[in-house]
This record gives sequence, structure tokens and C-alpha cells, in this order.
Amino acid sequence: MIHFVLLISRQGKVRLTKWYSAYSQKERTKVIRELSGLILTRGPKLCNFVEWRGLRVVYKRYASLYFCMCIDEDDNELEILEIIHHYVEVLDRYFGSVCELDLIYNFHKAYFILDELLIAGELQEPSKRTVARLVAAQDSLVETAKEQTSSITNIIAQAANFTIKMLHKGYGPWGSNALHLESLLLVDVCTRLVDQH
Amino acid sequence: MNPFSSGTRLRDMIRAIRSCKTAAEERAVVRKECAAIRAAISENDQDYRHRNLAKLMFIHMLGYPTHFGQMECLKLIASSGFPEKRIGYLGLMLLLDERQEVLMLVTNSLKQDLNHSNQYIIGLALCALGNICSAEMARDLAPEVERLLQFRDPNIRKKAALCSIRIIKKVPDLAENFINPAASLLREKHHGVLITGIQLCTDLCKVSSEALEYFREKCTEGLVKTLKDMANSPYAPEYDIAGITDPFLHIRLLKLLRILGQGDADASDCMNDILAQVATKIESNKNAGNAILYECVGTIMSIEDNGGLRVLAINILGRFLSNRDNNIRYVALNMLMKAITVDAQAVQRHRATILECVKDSDASIRKKALDLVYLLVNESNVKPLTKELIEYLEASDQEFKGVLTAKICSLVEKFSPEKIWYIDQMLKVLSEAGNFVKDEVWHALIVVISNASDLHGYSVRALYRAFQTSAEQETLVRVAVWCIGEYGDMLVNNVGMLDIEEPITVTESDAVDALEVSIKRHNSDLTTKAMALIALLKLSSRFPSCSERIKDIILQNKRSFVLELQQRSIEFNCILQKHQNIRSALVERMPVLDEATFSGRRAGSLPTSVSTSTGTARNLPNGIAKPAAAPVADLLDLSSDDAPAPSSSGGDFLQDLLGVDLSPASAPPGTSQPPKAGTDVLLDLLSIGTSPPAQSSSPASNILSSIQDDKASLANLNGLASLTSLSPNATSASPAPMMDLLDGFGPSPQKKEENGPAYPSLVAYESSTLRMTFNISKQPGNPQTTLIQAIFTNLSPNVYNDFLFQAAVPKFLQLHLDPASSNTLPASGNGSITQSMKVTNSQHGKKSLVMRIRIAYKINNKDVLEEGQVSNFPRDL
Repeated sequence: MIHFVLLISRQGKVRLTKWYSAYSQKERTKVIRELSGLILTRGPKLCNFVEWRGLRVVYKRYASLYFCMCIDEDDNELEILEIIHHYVEVLDRYFGSVCELDLIYNFHKAYFILDELLIAGELQEPSKRTVARLVAAQDSLVETAKEQTSSITNIIAQAANFTIKMLHKGYGPWGSNALHLESLLLVDVCTRLVDQH
Repeated sequence: MNPFSSGTRLRDMIRAIRSCKTAAEERAVVRKECAAIRAAISENDQDYRHRNLAKLMFIHMLGYPTHFGQMECLKLIASSGFPEKRIGYLGLMLLLDERQEVLMLVTNSLKQDLNHSNQYIIGLALCALGNICSAEMARDLAPEVERLLQFRDPNIRKKAALCSIRIIKKVPDLAENFINPAASLLREKHHGVLITGIQLCTDLCKVSSEALEYFREKCTEGLVKTLKDMANSPYAPEYDIAGITDPFLHIRLLKLLRILGQGDADASDCMNDILAQVATKIESNKNAGNAILYECVGTIMSIEDNGGLRVLAINILGRFLSNRDNNIRYVALNMLMKAITVDAQAVQRHRATILECVKDSDASIRKKALDLVYLLVNESNVKPLTKELIEYLEASDQEFKGVLTAKICSLVEKFSPEKIWYIDQMLKVLSEAGNFVKDEVWHALIVVISNASDLHGYSVRALYRAFQTSAEQETLVRVAVWCIGEYGDMLVNNVGMLDIEEPITVTESDAVDALEVSIKRHNSDLTTKAMALIALLKLSSRFPSCSERIKDIILQNKRSFVLELQQRSIEFNCILQKHQNIRSALVERMPVLDEATFSGRRAGSLPTSVSTSTGTARNLPNGIAKPAAAPVADLLDLSSDDAPAPSSSGGDFLQDLLGVDLSPASAPPGTSQPPKAGTDVLLDLLSIGTSPPAQSSSPASNILSSIQDDKASLANLNGLASLTSLSPNATSASPAPMMDLLDGFGPSPQKKEENGPAYPSLVAYESSTLRMTFNISKQPGNPQTTLIQAIFTNLSPNVYNDFLFQAAVPKFLQLHLDPASSNTLPASGNGSITQSMKVTNSQHGKKSLVMRIRIAYKINNKDVLEEGQVSNFPRDL
């Protein structure tokens, strides 16, 4: 079982943390500090495993980022390396040659992808394509929701603008019947749309 | 976004934080953002809740506190839209952990989302539940998850399977509900579901033997077939990694088969063929292939014996060991450690390679290899292996030396074929890495040397030689100092020369030189210096020619700032100057230290019952390290049954040093005042204590005067005064530890010796007719409690009848009144009534005693009442 996943930059900045075992916030900071001291100082040719508090940390460096996963003593370290690579490949596919900046500005995306890959510290999906598809499907759900809200806000904003303009031009709501009707209609449409959502 | 909104976008905040040049700047930005978010939270701003939470998550990752955002997660989760829920669940998993109470509030939302019509929302809920659910939530939501194991969409099924793992780990009782649905997952074709299903079965087997039996019976064959299909499957681009179809699935299948095959011959038989196929067919030029092979070897090693497969597995490990990739070598060592219980012989074959790995440049591999070597050592190969390890000790880098030293010491101790070899090896370790050796290790060495009477001379000479070359190794110096002190004469006279030894000429002054060096080296620590002082004291009688020099060296420490050294120096000096007659008896060689007791105590028993000679083994090295007083309990144990015998730490250590049984009547019960006992003990100890214990000396002089007979005590007191006047510090040297010891023994000893009242008696109350005096004393060991004896005297010519004394005290005091000696008080002071009382002051040291009194009596059957307050008690009661 994977106890936690850490992404640490070469400067020791935390880019992603995911805890599958119970660590209090205080312990988490301590763990991160301890491990970055342990891992960032290791030379490039050494093996990718570090023993730590009776557990084992498997890490792999990709460019400026260290991907670390902490596992039990009897887990398969080599497989964890594959899982890390698996994750990196999915990220790469999603962002299109991923770099650290992508993971900083879109850290939530990195989390969403990880959640499609691991649950409860176990691997969920061996197919990169499936992961990509599931993340994309959820992204598009968000997009549609966003569009809907923004179209509603647009309509409301337009209606408001229109009414205000008319008022400015001296057409009071009771000035010109035609205009008055039009704006009332618009407001009506808007309220209905808002009600629907 | 909305132009009316306040606050920055997530992207802008990240940019602002990243552009900060100093930590202070960053803190300022974060503080501002947090303030804005808090404001938004308190305004219950709905539009930007998810954006605020996203910001909080980023801030959280930077390590700032974000607890105030926890409720926002719950609100987002409870909202209806997918985007809000998505961020809400993410925040929940990031900002909270399973131990927080807030988490319970989310159970209801989770339940609703698990039943949602949108499968992605179900997915979110399952994911959150799988990652952070607590035992209570697991119980509440297990039925939902169980149902979702049969959901139409495979992506939900796989999430539900992993979620079930978390549930059964939190609440193993629920395991049986999951056995059947889990078994049906094993027939799935979808890799995600299959992988998670297998994982669920594996974890079910771990928590429930019932599940293990069930799967073993029903699923072994199916799993073997699945693995066979996988191994023979054609190229599948979706799951292909380095030419292997889905290594993850391979590994999980092998893992489950391992659990099913363990301890069951039939199941093991069933999987033999496929394991052999995997072990031979999988390519080992890529990490993925090696991962499968590694898992396969693990399975072969764990299932029931099959000779052919084992050979295959050990060969794979052999190949791994010689691989250039550090990772592969690491896992090979790891697996060999497990294999050693199965087939030690096969592992021994790789000994040379493993030993090479101990010297690897990679710390992880070194450590693993060392662990393995440690397991490989037995009686037959301990010598060559230890030799290798000790040789490597020189070359290894500092941080590894500690681990390596500990392992070597433990090996040498465990397997040493003979004592001389043990001493030799320990000497090598001490001179190479003495600073890394733990205390009990060098204590053990001293015990062994002390027991090897034919090797005393050899050891002391070898240690002396080693000392000349590696004086910077603290523990080596300590052992050497101890041995020179004990066996210095053997060093000089070459007693007990062995054939293998080279002769060595050491003069008496050379030996003293060595001790002087170890005292004077500025980086010697207190223990070493203190041990060296004792060694010097011991040598003073063995090397008469050097006694003047020894005295000088000892005297030099008189002005040491370290109390322990100063005290020793003064005490030893006194022994040297004034007690020539007893010195040789005092510094006799230590009796042989009891090995069995020592190792027994090392094995973990508490060092509580320290008795005589065994006490010395422990107390010599340990007691010295303690400045000032050794624990009173120890001392009491050491001393006789009836008299508590605390003495100064000097005395304590002397007892230890001499290892003499102190039980012969150390002090007659009547006169056993604490400070005296110490000296008595010392006198008895030296078996010259023919005179009665000194009665009238002050505690300070006790220590020094003790050894002489009591007539000289006065002169001694003067001697002490002159000694101590040399340094202002010195005055505190002897009395201070003494007082420490006496802490538990009540009032200052001086008072007791005089046998008079500790405090002057005071007239607590006086009227024209009646006087009340208090005699105050303290109870030993209880400074809070004051014993008061009230004496009432009648000043009038009338007899008082029905005399009754009452007293009242404030709340911080407790009063206990004993019955009065009589209720009739004779007239004109022709007699008195006494009544004792006990006052306990809970604010001892802060408030002093105060008391209200009321005295009632009858004169000729007429009631008289007198009242008053006593507030003239001494301050420190």
C-alpha cells in the first residue's frame, strides 16, 4: 500500500501531497521536511529507494521534480517506480510535455489525475488512455457547467445594460411602450433561465 | 470572470506568490489572501467559494494553516453542481485527515453522492471515501459501497473495489460482506476492475482467514488461468509497458497467488507451472520485467516447497545481484533477506557478492547488505566476515560507521569463539570507531576483560598500545584507562605474557603519562576524566615511585569547574595525604565482575536491585557519569538492611569502586543519622572502623574526617577550611551532594545530632494566667509537616479543671491534634499539660504558619475562656 505521494521540487518546494494513511497536519510537515532532506541530497547514480521509519520511500526524479511514494517494507519497489512513471506519462499526455510550471498553476489538475490513478493507496487503472478519458470527461462536465452559468450571467448583464441604456436615453419604463415591453420580456426570459439552473 | 468580484484569480495569486523574493514577502501575500478568503467565508460568498478553496489548497501546500477553510469544503460538497463538488472533495482530501471531527459531518453528503444519478459524482464520493474514511464512516457507508461493486460502469466498480479495501482495513468485521462480490470481480475482463478486484481479494485474505480459505478453494485455478492468459497474451497497446502486457496486473496476480499458496500444498502445486513460465519467459532488460520477476521470486520463495522452482528463483536473484542497476541490486538484497529463512545455504553462496555490496557507494544498498551479512554470520564464518567488516570500517564514511560498528559489536559478542578473539576484535573496533560504540558495549568489554584473568596482562598491554595510536576514540580511552588503573602493574612488569605478543617496555611513569594525557585532553568528556582520576588513585599504591606525581595530577583538578572532578580530586587527595595506612586496601583490584548478572541486566531488566559486587559492574561505569549524587535507592540497596546510608557521591562511588559488601552493621540504629551513616559505611568498608562513629562533627567535615578516628575531626575541619578556601567553588564541593542526598531525610542533620529542638521553643501565647509554649520540630523526609508540642503552664494560684485547648488554621494548613496529657492544670506552674499537634503546610516555602487558639478551663467550676492568635512561628515552617 502506498502511504503517501509527494512531489517535491529540487529546491524543496512541495508541489503535491497526497496522504493515504493518517498523518496529522503536524506530522505531515515533519515528514515532508525529513524526506526532502533525505532524498534531495542523494546523488544521481544511487538507487531510488530510501529506508525511512520502517517504511520505504521510492522516489524518482523527472527534470526538476522528485516524485516520491512511501510504501510498506514488503511492497514491490520496482513496481512503484512503474506507477510513478505511469503517472508522469498520464500527466505528460494531459498537459502536453508537462513541466513543473504546469503542475504549479494547475495543481488541482495534477490531483484530479492522481485520483483517477490511485485510491486508498492502491493502483486503480493500468490504462493511460482510460485515465485520460475519464479526466477529460470530468473536465468537460466542468466546462459545460461554466458555460451555462456564464451564458446566464451574460444574458442578465445584457438585459441590465439595455434597460440602463434606455433609461439614460430618456425612455423611462413608461416612455415608449414598445421598448418597455421589449425590456420586460428580456427580464422575464432571464429570470426563467436563472430559475432553471 | 465576473468584473464585480473582489479578490484575485487563482492564477494571479500563484503568480504573486511565486514572484516573492523573500519568505517575508511571501508571508505577506499569503496573509492578505487568507484575510480575503476569511472575509469571503464570513460573508458566505457562494460564487467564489470554489476558487477560494482552490487558493486555500495552494496555500496549504506551502505549509500555512488553513483550518478555517474546512467547513467550506463541506459546503461545496453539499452544493449541487459537479465543479463545486469536484473542488470540494479535493479540498476535503487535502485539508482534512481522518482523525478530524469535521469529517463526520460529511457522511451524509457522501451517502447522497454515492446514490447520485451522475456517475462522475459517484466516482468523486468513492474516491474521497477510499482516501480518508474513518472507521465510523466505513461502517455507515459500507452497504452503499458494496452495492456499487456491481454498478454497470466498470470505472465505478473499480473505485468501489478500492474503497472496500479501505473499509475492511478500518473495520475488519465487515470483511465477510465483501467476499462474494470480490470473488465475482475476479472474472472481469476490464483491467482496471480486475486489478482492483485482485487487490481487494488480497487485502481480504489479510484480514480474514475465512476469506483466505474461500478464495483458495474457489479462485486459485481461475487466477492461475488469468495469469496464463496474460503471460501468453498478444501485444495489447493499451496496457503495454516495455513489451509486457500490463505488468501491474501480473504483479497483483502473483501477489495474490503467493498468499493463496502459502501454507497450502495443493494450491502451490496448482501454480507451479505458471510460476516457472513467468520466471523463465519474462524479459529482464527493463524495469517492468524485473518488477514482475522480483514479485515472482517472492511468490516462489513463499509458497510450499518446490526444489526446482527455488533454484530458478535463487538464480534470478544471483543475476539481479550482479546487475549494474542499483535498484535491481537493492531488491535482490531485500529478497535474499527473506530467502535466508527458506534456504540459507543458497544465500551463503552469494556471500562474496553481498560483502561487496556492503562497500557500495550507495547508502541504501550498503545498509541492506550489512543487514544481510549480519544474518549470514554463523559460528563457522564469523572470523573471516568480521575481519572483512572491520577492515571496511576504516574506509567507510562517517554516517555509516555508527550502524556498521553496532553490527560488528553485536556479531563479535554473539559468535565469539574465544575471549582473546573477542578482546582483539573489540579493540580493533574501539580504536577504529570508538566514538560510535555504545556504552553497554564497552561496559561489556570491561566485564569480559575482568573475567578473563589469564588475559589481564595481555589486554592492558594491547589497550596501552592502541591508546598510543588512537587516543581520540573516547570509549577506547575509557577502557584503556580502566584497565591501566586495575592492571597497571601487569603492564609495567609484563605479567602474563602470551606467545603471540611482542614484548613492550612501559615504565611506571609511562603508564601515568597515559592517564595524564587522558585527563588533560580537552575533548575528553567527564566520564573519561573521572575514570582517569580513579585509575590514578589506584596506581598511586601500585606505583610508589610515581605517587608524588599522581598526587600533583589529582590536585590539578581541585579547581575544576566540574563538581564531580573537583570533588573527586579533593577526596582522593585527602586519601593520598592522610590515609597512607589504608590506601592500599582501599584501592585493591576490583573483584571479578559478574558476567551473568551484567548480561542479564543488559537484556532489559531494570537495574533496580543493585547488590554488592554486581552493583559495581554497573555502577562503576554508570555511576561515574552522574555528577553529584547517585540515586538514593541504589545506595540504600547497597547498604545494610536497617540503616539508610546515604553518603556523599564520593563515598558512593568508593563503595562501588571497592565493591565491598556493606551489610555488616553500618550504624547502630539509635545513632543512624543520615550523614553519619555515610561515614560509617565508609569506615566499615575499610574495616578499620574500630572507633564508634563520629558523633559531633559537622556534616561537611564528615566526609573527610570519616576515615580517621574521631579525635582528629577538629583538626580535619580546619584542614578542610584551608583546603576549601583556595577556591570559592570548593566549599560547595562536599556538602552540596550531601545535602542532595539528605533531601529525603528531613531536617538538617546538625540539629538532630545535638538532640535538642530544631527550632528554639517559642512562647506562643501568654496571658496573666496562662502560658503556652511551642516546641517545634520537623518530621524527617517531609518538610511540609511540622510537629508542635504545646506546653501549658498555669501562672495563677488556682487549679484549672476541664482544661481544653482548641486551635484553628487557615485553609492551606492541615491540623491534627493529639489528646492532651491531662485535663487538669496544677496551680502556680507546679506542673504542665502537654499536647502535641501536627501541622501540614501545603504552601510550604511560600506561606508561614499561623494559628488561632482558644483555651477553655474551669476555675472553681466557673468557665473561663481565653482566645488568641499565634503568628510568631519561624518563617520557614
